[in-house]
Amino acid sequence: MIIFQNVSKIYQNNSHTMVALDDASFTINPKEFVSLVGKSGAGKSTIIKLLIGEEKPSKGRIVFGSYDVNKLKLKELPFLRRHIGVIFQDFRLLSNKNAYENVAFALEMAGRPQSDIEEFVPQALELVGLKNKATNFPRELSGGEKQRVAIARAMINHPDVIVADEPTGNLDPANTWEIIRLLLEINKLGTTIILATHNKDIINQLGSRVISLDNGKIIRDEEKGKYILT
Amino acid sequence: MFTALSRIIRYGLLGFWRNGWLSTATISIILIALFVFESLIIFQILTQTALDAIQNKIDISVYFKSDAPEDEILKIKQVLSGLEEVKSVEYVSKDQALEAFQSRHKDDEAITESLKELEENPLLASLDIKAQDPKKYAAIAEYLDKSSFKDRFQKVSYTQNAVVIERLSKVIDTAEKGGVTLIVVLALLAVLVTFNTIRLAIYSSREEIGIMRLVGASNTFIRGPYLVEGIIYGAIGAFLSVLFALPIIYITSPYIKIFIPEMNLWSYFLNRIFFIFLYQLLFGVTLGIISSAIAVRKYLKI
Repeated sequence: MIIFQNVSKIYQNNSHTMVALDDASFTINPKEFVSLVGKSGAGKSTIIKLLIGEEKPSKGRIVFGSYDVNKLKLKELPFLRRHIGVIFQDFRLLSNKNAYENVAFALEMAGRPQSDIEEFVPQALELVGLKNKATNFPRELSGGEKQRVAIARAMINHPDVIVADEPTGNLDPANTWEIIRLLLEINKLGTTIILATHNKDIINQLGSRVISLDNGKIIRDEEKGKYILT
Repeated sequence: MFTALSRIIRYGLLGFWRNGWLSTATISIILIALFVFESLIIFQILTQTALDAIQNKIDISVYFKSDAPEDEILKIKQVLSGLEEVKSVEYVSKDQALEAFQSRHKDDEAITESLKELEENPLLASLDIKAQDPKKYAAIAEYLDKSSFKDRFQKVSYTQNAVVIERLSKVIDTAEKGGVTLIVVLALLAVLVTFNTIRLAIYSSREEIGIMRLVGASNTFIRGPYLVEGIIYGAIGAFLSVLFALPIIYITSPYIKIFIPEMNLWSYFLNRIFFIFLYQLLFGVTLGIISSAIAVRKYLKI
């Protein structure tokens, strides 16, 4: 269960203030597939950054399961983040580790035994269709392949939630649908998915919950939403 | 705990190996820093030996009138030895003085001949006094001048050499102080250069550190491999600095012997090579660990 309660995020500069998120409130239940839509700068990424504790809200309260996110100290953040798998538009793989090690890293840092790693990492790589690229480094992989490694890394720990911030933003249509198909599959296994995107086709095909944002405000929150921006 | 540690060490080694060029560059800088540190140790040893040698050459000699009885001279020697400022007093009898004189001039026939002509030993008995500190010679000379046995003295060498002794003692003093300042400044430079090199090496990984934080790695787990890399940098740097010093010292050792005959640098270095390596290791590894820890800290705040 994820709860945003009257959350605002205001960036303040000497010269001007920028409201990235304005009094947003919503709840996301376990196993939901929720899309965050909106133009660039509407506040999608801000919501994700706030959820994983990368940024602190200026106002309001964010709850994730038993965690009061904005009250966590730097030291406690890793424990929250191990419950959330994150997928970024720019992939953010560790460039000096190969595909296998990138996925294994998520298990290793959580202190899981070597036997788990040897069992689950190949499984995850197979699920995303990269079994034969395990020893390739990110620079040797295409965009779609990188994103699939990132998905394998995000799901390997069996997180409660997978957050995807424009995961298809850098990909061609074929790879885009491959990524969405993987996310749907993971969702079917019981993981909550939060997908931030401005891809109209994806939203209209999914037919699941859509939270629409504009200028930092939530303008629509529909159970079976469409991509409508005015 | 053990798995975490072994993973940290493995990642440290992997990072070191995969960033080959960066590691090589960092090690060369550390090597230079450690080399400076090593040279400073050797420089300090050399100047100390040289200064000690010079100090040992300075003394005051008191020459006694030829009618002064030996037992009285020995009594005076005892009194002088008891003084705080005095390090040692050596008695040179008339016969010893003659012997020394003869051996010093054995190739000079004119002197040997004229000595034979003389029936009596023309040389005087003396006490050679060495001070604890070259600055104390003036005080000793003054003491001698005011002492009750002054009329037994023929002459005191200090009065003749006062200017030279004072100048030498000033030179020694300045050399010691200057040496310490030089060492502090150069050591500080070496530390700063190493620190900045490691900081730059880690700066290139700042994105990786951010990614690790975002996927939920604890700070210990992120920092660990960088500390391991720091340790490797320091250890390899220490090893190489000692290794590269060997031929340099072997070649320069004979030249140093010309200036400081008391010093055989090559054998001195070989005898203490283990301790020198240990010093270098301690210095290098500490520097590596501290620099890495400070450099990583900045990027862990996500």
